Amino acid sequence: MPGAIHAILGENGAGKSTLMKLIYGVETPDEGTITWMGEATQIASPAAARRLGIGMVFQHFSLFETLTVVENVSLLVPGNKKDLAERILKLGREFGLEVDPLAHVYALSVGERQRVEIIRCLMVDPKLLILDEPTSVLPPQAVNQLFETLRRLSKRGVSILFISHKLEEIRSVCTHATILRSGKITGNVTPKDFDAHVLATMMIGRDMPHLSPAEPVKRGEKQLELTGLSLAADDPFGVSLEDISLHVHAGEILGIAGVSGNGQAELAAVISGETPLPKMMQGRIAMHRHEVGALNPAARRKLGFAFVPEDRLGQGAVPELSLVKNAILTAYLQGMVQRGMIRRGRAETFARDCIAENDVRTPGPEAEAGSLSGGNLQKFIIGRELMLEPKLLFLNQPTWGVDIGAATAIRRRLIALRNAGCAILVISEDMEDLFALTDYMQVLSKGRLSARFTTSETAPEDIGRAMIGASGDAA
Amino acid sequence: MTAIEYILAGMLAAATPFLLAALGELVAERSGVLNLGVEGIMALGAAVGFITVYSGGGHAMGFVFGGLSGAALSLVFAFVVLGLHANQVATGLAIGIMGLGLSAYLGKPFESFTVTGVGKIVVPGVVDLPLVGGLFRQDIVVWLSLIFTPALWYVLKHTKLGLLLRAVGENPHAASAIGYPVLLIRLCAVAFGGLMAGIAGAYASTIYTPLWADGMIAGRGWIAVALVVFGTWMVGRVFLGACLFGAVSLGGIAAQTVGLAIPSQLLASMPYVVTIIVLGIISSNRRLVKLNGIASLGEPFEK
Repeated sequence: MPGAIHAILGENGAGKSTLMKLIYGVETPDEGTITWMGEATQIASPAAARRLGIGMVFQHFSLFETLTVVENVSLLVPGNKKDLAERILKLGREFGLEVDPLAHVYALSVGERQRVEIIRCLMVDPKLLILDEPTSVLPPQAVNQLFETLRRLSKRGVSILFISHKLEEIRSVCTHATILRSGKITGNVTPKDFDAHVLATMMIGRDMPHLSPAEPVKRGEKQLELTGLSLAADDPFGVSLEDISLHVHAGEILGIAGVSGNGQAELAAVISGETPLPKMMQGRIAMHRHEVGALNPAARRKLGFAFVPEDRLGQGAVPELSLVKNAILTAYLQGMVQRGMIRRGRAETFARDCIAENDVRTPGPEAEAGSLSGGNLQKFIIGRELMLEPKLLFLNQPTWGVDIGAATAIRRRLIALRNAGCAILVISEDMEDLFALTDYMQVLSKGRLSARFTTSETAPEDIGRAMIGASGDAA
Repeated sequence: MTAIEYILAGMLAAATPFLLAALGELVAERSGVLNLGVEGIMALGAAVGFITVYSGGGHAMGFVFGGLSGAALSLVFAFVVLGLHANQVATGLAIGIMGLGLSAYLGKPFESFTVTGVGKIVVPGVVDLPLVGGLFRQDIVVWLSLIFTPALWYVLKHTKLGLLLRAVGENPHAASAIGYPVLLIRLCAVAFGGLMAGIAGAYASTIYTPLWADGMIAGRGWIAVALVVFGTWMVGRVFLGACLFGAVSLGGIAAQTVGLAIPSQLLASMPYVVTIIVLGIISSNRRLVKLNGIASLGEPFEK
């Protein structure tokens, strides 16, 4: 319908993205037809979709980092660069999508990149704009700005398909909603008429698991401390860390909020020990009262440190290896290796226990790690680290791409671990996660860490303000 | 003629086989395909080019057939890596060995035969300048290369075609998502690389040293591959690199004529030593390599 903002609502893996790929011609349907402007149509390719007037903003952006904004646009839109640059500025002013046309994409923030994607779609004057999880990467203030843009577009008669699993957003901006579960439509509603709880029930097919922040427990000894740590990035796409200070005690969970690309990867590599620190900085990081600046990841693990990296397939687990072999990779000190030989029995028992205790859905311990769904593999990886009984656990984006059920299970396990006296540090983009999980929060923005917030006394807007940082750039 | 005059006069011609092959490889790598078969493709181009000229086809046809044979062999490579998604490094090495074998087989009846080269085209006036005058007395292929190099730079930097090539090399999935035929673009880039390597080989065997001897390419293809990295995938730097190697390889000969008591084998190894040193220096600047590097280089692309 012209001017409608239509939501496609569903959990991870419900088939939202697949549906959108069909509409945009990236994949072709096995059967059935797509009706466009009253006519049955076959959309064979993205180019065909664009000719029909369909534009798409991808979840993982399809921009080219080493090219400038205007070069990226010119790959889709005919015209010389000078005219295109002018049109980019004009559209930017009109719809609140300001961005420098001559900037290189790698230098832009995530919010600015999204604006480039939207502008690129708008330049070809679309009748339908598809946005795949557009808010998952944005700080709260940028989300409002995006919604303002969408409302302006819909007033001009552009129809918008808005894919999301975030209920409040859909209620605030969408005029219609279609709910998907396991590839089937389970509801067609006007989202404003239902409250978030009812929508959630339609989306996951059962009652929304409710999770309230856990009662704080007595904090113990300091397990991790960073004092004024700085590290210049040697990668042009990287972020330099500046004067990072944080500390985590036993029995508390500290969350690092912020949009990815603000130093998260760099900070994670420093804490895990993957990035060697220069000599003068080595005294700035301590675990369990030991200076660990000069220790590699294996040596840090021996001190009682465990780490769940962001990249599940590749860093957290080796996709081609079985779960048993993946278990050996970090748990080999649990009696699995004797005189250099692997004791398979021990490893297998360990993997079996890990699967059973963490409700990992898999055919068995010999299954390849890469064959598990994201949520199940994440449960296995976190379970493996928990079984090492760490004194300090560090997780980077633990619930990214994990469905609600698995995310809830993971949060419960982490809180139980904290109550047992473990110190936990979590880096996450997901505000819901952080508010449900943490005792304290700090915000990482442009390589700098904010002061400490006490979660129970903080509102999401406060965190949002800290994400934007002192520079006032709303992206 | 002093040693410096000698080097300046011969540098561009010595650089041309490196330059042409490296520019072709640069285009292929920009699209994300690493073709390590350049050495063999050059050898095949050299053999076919030589046979054509020796059989009376003339130099122009020598380049046409030399280039086409190179393109044909690179299409075999393209079929295996793009069509069957095979490992590019292993396939490139195999194609290189195949090219060397083919050139030896085809060239066997012509071993040690010679053909006549081509005359030099002189820029009047400046050619009589002291010291640098020799730079302006070059054969036609050198002159054409000097026109071709900036033209390629312009195409890569300022046209939609160049933009597309960079886009496909950086992020083939995104390029495919917005509707560009990634594999076709890569196929064309690889074929162009083969064509240029074939022409480079033909230049070496019919003009630069107009004779056929098995193994006459003698590692020039490998240097060309190294030059592309050396030049951080930028046309201007690849050109400078090629000139440097041309100069260094002539420097060996010049040193001998001056009577320096350095073993000739050591002098002959100088271009390779310089390659290693310069690659080391370039690679130590990770920032430079990362900014200009090609993100998807060597990775197969499947939808």
